[in-house]
Amino acid sequence: MKPNNKLFEPALVQTALKQSFIKLDPRVMVRNPVMFTVEVGTLVMAYVTVYSFSHSGQGSPLYNFFIFLVLLLTVLFANFAEAIAEARGKAQADSLRKTREETPAKVLLANGTIEIRSSNQLKKGDVFVCETGDTIPTDGEIIEGIATIDESAITGESAPVIRESGGDKSSVTGGTKVLSDEIKVQVSTAPGESFLDKMIALVEGASRQKTPNEIALTILLASFTLVFIIVCVTLKPFADYANTPITIAALISLFVCLIPTTIGGLLSAIGIAGMDRALRANVITKSGKAVETAGDIDVLLLDKTGTITIGNRKATNFYPTAGVVIKDFTDACVLSSLADETPEGKSIIELANEQGFKNPGTPQGSAFIKFTAETRSSGLDTADGRRIRKGAFDSIRNIVEKAGNIFPSDIEDHVKSIATNGGTPLVVSENEKALGVIELQDIIKPGISERFERLRKMGVKTVMVTGDNPLTAKYIAEKAGVDDFIAEAKPEDKMNYIKDEQALGKLVAMMGDGTNDAPALAQADVGVAMNSGTQAAKEAGNMVDLDNDPTKLIEIVEIGKQLLITRGTLTTFSIANDVAKYFAIVPALFIASIPALQSLNIMGLHTPESAIMSAVIFNAIIIPILIPLALKGVAYKPIGATALLRRNLFIYGIGGVVAPFIGIKLIDLVVGLFV
Amino acid sequence: MNTELIGIIATFLLTLVIAIPLGKYLAKVFAGEKVWTDFLKPLENGIYKLSGINIKEQMNWKQQLKALLTINILWLVYGFFVLIFQDKLPFNPDGNPGMTPDLAFNTIISFVANCNLQHYSGESGVSYLTQQFVLMFLQFVSAATGIAAAVVLFKAFRDKTTTQLGNFWEFFVRAITRLLLPLSIVMALILTFNGTPASYDGKDQFVSVQGDTVNVSRGPAAQLIAIKHLGTNGGGYFGANSAHPFENPSYLTNMVEMIAQVIIPIAMIIAFGYFIRRKKLAWTIFGVMTIGLFMLMIPTLSSELGGNPALAKMGISQATGAMEGKEVRFGPAATAYWSTLTTVISTGSVNGMHDSTMPLTGLWQLLAMMINGFYGGCGVGLLNYFIYLIIAVFISGLMVGRTPEFLGHKVEAREIKIAAIITLLSPFLILAGTAISSYVFTNHGDAAWAVQPKAWLNNPGFHGFSEMLYEVTSSNANNGSGFEGLGDNNVFWNVLTGVIIFLGRFLPIIGPVAIAGLLGAKKFIPESAGTLKTDTKTFALMTFAVILVLNALSYFPALALGPLAEYFTQLR
Repeated sequence: MKPNNKLFEPALVQTALKQSFIKLDPRVMVRNPVMFTVEVGTLVMAYVTVYSFSHSGQGSPLYNFFIFLVLLLTVLFANFAEAIAEARGKAQADSLRKTREETPAKVLLANGTIEIRSSNQLKKGDVFVCETGDTIPTDGEIIEGIATIDESAITGESAPVIRESGGDKSSVTGGTKVLSDEIKVQVSTAPGESFLDKMIALVEGASRQKTPNEIALTILLASFTLVFIIVCVTLKPFADYANTPITIAALISLFVCLIPTTIGGLLSAIGIAGMDRALRANVITKSGKAVETAGDIDVLLLDKTGTITIGNRKATNFYPTAGVVIKDFTDACVLSSLADETPEGKSIIELANEQGFKNPGTPQGSAFIKFTAETRSSGLDTADGRRIRKGAFDSIRNIVEKAGNIFPSDIEDHVKSIATNGGTPLVVSENEKALGVIELQDIIKPGISERFERLRKMGVKTVMVTGDNPLTAKYIAEKAGVDDFIAEAKPEDKMNYIKDEQALGKLVAMMGDGTNDAPALAQADVGVAMNSGTQAAKEAGNMVDLDNDPTKLIEIVEIGKQLLITRGTLTTFSIANDVAKYFAIVPALFIASIPALQSLNIMGLHTPESAIMSAVIFNAIIIPILIPLALKGVAYKPIGATALLRRNLFIYGIGGVVAPFIGIKLIDLVVGLFV
Repeated sequence: MNTELIGIIATFLLTLVIAIPLGKYLAKVFAGEKVWTDFLKPLENGIYKLSGINIKEQMNWKQQLKALLTINILWLVYGFFVLIFQDKLPFNPDGNPGMTPDLAFNTIISFVANCNLQHYSGESGVSYLTQQFVLMFLQFVSAATGIAAAVVLFKAFRDKTTTQLGNFWEFFVRAITRLLLPLSIVMALILTFNGTPASYDGKDQFVSVQGDTVNVSRGPAAQLIAIKHLGTNGGGYFGANSAHPFENPSYLTNMVEMIAQVIIPIAMIIAFGYFIRRKKLAWTIFGVMTIGLFMLMIPTLSSELGGNPALAKMGISQATGAMEGKEVRFGPAATAYWSTLTTVISTGSVNGMHDSTMPLTGLWQLLAMMINGFYGGCGVGLLNYFIYLIIAVFISGLMVGRTPEFLGHKVEAREIKIAAIITLLSPFLILAGTAISSYVFTNHGDAAWAVQPKAWLNNPGFHGFSEMLYEVTSSNANNGSGFEGLGDNNVFWNVLTGVIIFLGRFLPIIGPVAIAGLLGAKKFIPESAGTLKTDTKTFALMTFAVILVLNALSYFPALALGPLAEYFTQLR
């Protein structure tokens, strides 16, 4: 999927423009109390405009019409903000959905015959077959077989991935392509109920539920709106007392300027854009609440392998015992690993090659000794009688000591020092004599410790989960810079850790893919399942990561924070704006009968009419000006909560007070040319 | 002039010297820790036994509020009937009449609510019985009610998660026995020795130099004046309040009274911090409030010491500042300081005529009462401030990208809803009250009331508007001071301000206690680097901005039509 970075695609703008008018329907508007009152004000102004043609005392029809127009624009701008956010989210989702348009599915019937059906006729529980070159018709779980699959249509990653039945990588996604082999897949979701469909519904608004913080903010904004209703309604008897007639246009303008239209107009756009940003990061969320919760995460559980370290351990050093030449030792190491298909085994040969050792190839007539849980070693017996073994320290020592040989103490020293440094020692012996130690080390992903540092500054505690022994785990944890670790972890350990942290009042996020992760994913406050994971895992979590990228959690936390910050800063900006608007409108209201109040006209606006017009125009155009910010989100900087507050208070608080003074003055200069 | 300023500074410093240790002491008293006043325990236990109270019984926030409201309603009923029938009851040497029902309604609400707006004059409106056993009694218990409500809030944040907020009756009784009563005794003695009457004799008589026979009211005043300040009540024994030479005989008593009205509000902030073991938070709150006080006080001092520009235009030198409506024994500086204190705190006692202060002074007085949270009244000041705090916590929590939390408890929709209603309440009561009175004045000037609406205002125009705005604002803030110049003893004002005082008292107690109770019952979230700390300078600035902007936005048009219009017109 190509990320679409342009904010205003012409096609989207067109849809959004159309939607802005459709959304004028009061039944829709009433969901947003702030903008609803503006719409009511607009209707009143429409009436006043018509009324002023035949009656005097309410200002000129042209002036009233102009105010009506600006108010209408204010509502339209707010609708546009919401519509463009929806359109962008939908476009993003559509491009995902396109990958799963009708494809023929080879459905396996109960009697064993195959029937071709269209993908949208597939029902949950159906089983279909995919062979090399087939596009997988819909989401499902492999029940038989193994295949390489091209998932680039979803993830953008060109390297094929392996999916097989039974394990933790048994899920396939509709729209991806089988590159080799044949698999049988069981349909896991009914058409229209996939995660993607749910996500699209969330973005489209029909089923979009307000998140808890959004509800609280709406309440606060509604109460501000009520305060300003009181302010404006009571102004009428005040003005009567002061013998100052106030036109309806002026009163409504004051009201619209005071109520927090800026944040009110952008609020839903911000929420939709947050989910959209998650989608752009290739994360499908099942609810908007999950994104918001992600911003509050205190503890992050990360699997070691694949997240903190690159895949598997690698050989990093050969340590021959005293009296053994390095060349002979390396030779033995390579021979012992020739038949070893594990990544560790391969890395030993790689290391030997790096050190200039030429691979002689498997000698004729050799017999491979496979690794078993009992011997805990593997190796090779050559035709000329060399018996080379490679394995864990104690198993090789057993072999050596059983044969009556002495196990060299320098090897023991090496083993100890490797283990304390977080490595894994492998001892190699030939004909029951120990030759030396191979050091295997976890390779920590480049840049990962910086990311953990960033998380720490955000106040998120990182926890590494690993099957390693505590000593190794501790070493890697320190090196990678995580705050805590769970060593020798069993699935229930994760669960218990999450429960313990939650009991302390913390919010926990984790990522997982296996079926045995599912309970923990469900327990976690934010559970991100990998798309490649089992269906059970995906059902249990509240987000699915299409990229299967274990570091994605970090991004999700930032998206969640950004969402809240954008709301908070724009609320502050919106309220701070009111100060300047008061200084524009209040003197304009009373100047005719109380000339002394001219002193409050500190912006030196032309006439009362131009002052009021400038204020409402500013109030209207600030909405589209801020749409890009609402869609992209206010940048999050992990500089600590207090520093961040200071920064945002300065930019959006002080900025919010100052900006409208400048803006209204400039607009007044322009309006002054015409009025 | 310099001595005047030194007098103010000394008064303020002395206030702190007393208030800060008092706060630490209060934290211990309410936490049940050992204090030197524990010798009073038998007395308290006697009261509990007599009233059938089991102080071991823990209450949640709803039970606390139920207890608080029940006892307050009881006092309302009791006081109302005594006021109406005081002429038939004993201890009425001057033969003062019973109150009309509307005046009794207003007066009793006003005293139960710790407001002490007085639409009567002590000399002619009430008997000694009423002064002692209704008004002074209520001055004690209403202050203790506010303090006890604040302690309930303290309790909600002391432990990590709790619904057990202590026992209301214990807090209430202790507020009186350990705080209000001892301090009042000390202060009443100081006043008595300086000339304030404390006898039960009726009016005194003397023949003036001109040969007129003058009746001089007196009575048991000293004790009432002590608690009127300590309890931030403000209702004077005499009509002229602390401008009366009996209530406030000298500069020394003036200092004592100025100190007395602020020490408990300041002590409660300190007590809050020590009680919940977050001293820094208390000092931050104290800092914001003190800066707020200075921002209101310094311009007040400057406009009062600057003299009246209208007189200056006539070529009259005003080296002593604006002296109209001021007592010569105090001077403009001490009166300006008092006028700021009495409006910032919800005392509402006066030592000069607020109606005569400069237009801008009126603006600062009004603003102080609109904010009503810079120190504020006994206990309730902190409750008011708490609402601002919750709004600030919510907005700044969002600004740092985290669900807002206060002292480890998440602030969510329900708390915001309550805070929003309370925030809304003040502008509603103040603006709607002023609007109704403006409407009646403008459109029904001839209504046949005791005082015709058209005759309400001594000074029509902007100043008259300020008079009405002040009356309503003072009622809502439970302040009780009057701008005066308003014909307020009639059905309209008695009922209007009575209703406003009642709502303005109890809803702002219920709201914060409910929020605190809800928050306290929530899961405690330990602090992390992402948590927004509420005891930093930055957050203090945020709270200050919230207080300022919310109030400025709510009241700017009203203030523009009143004091601002008057000020700018005077300048021309």
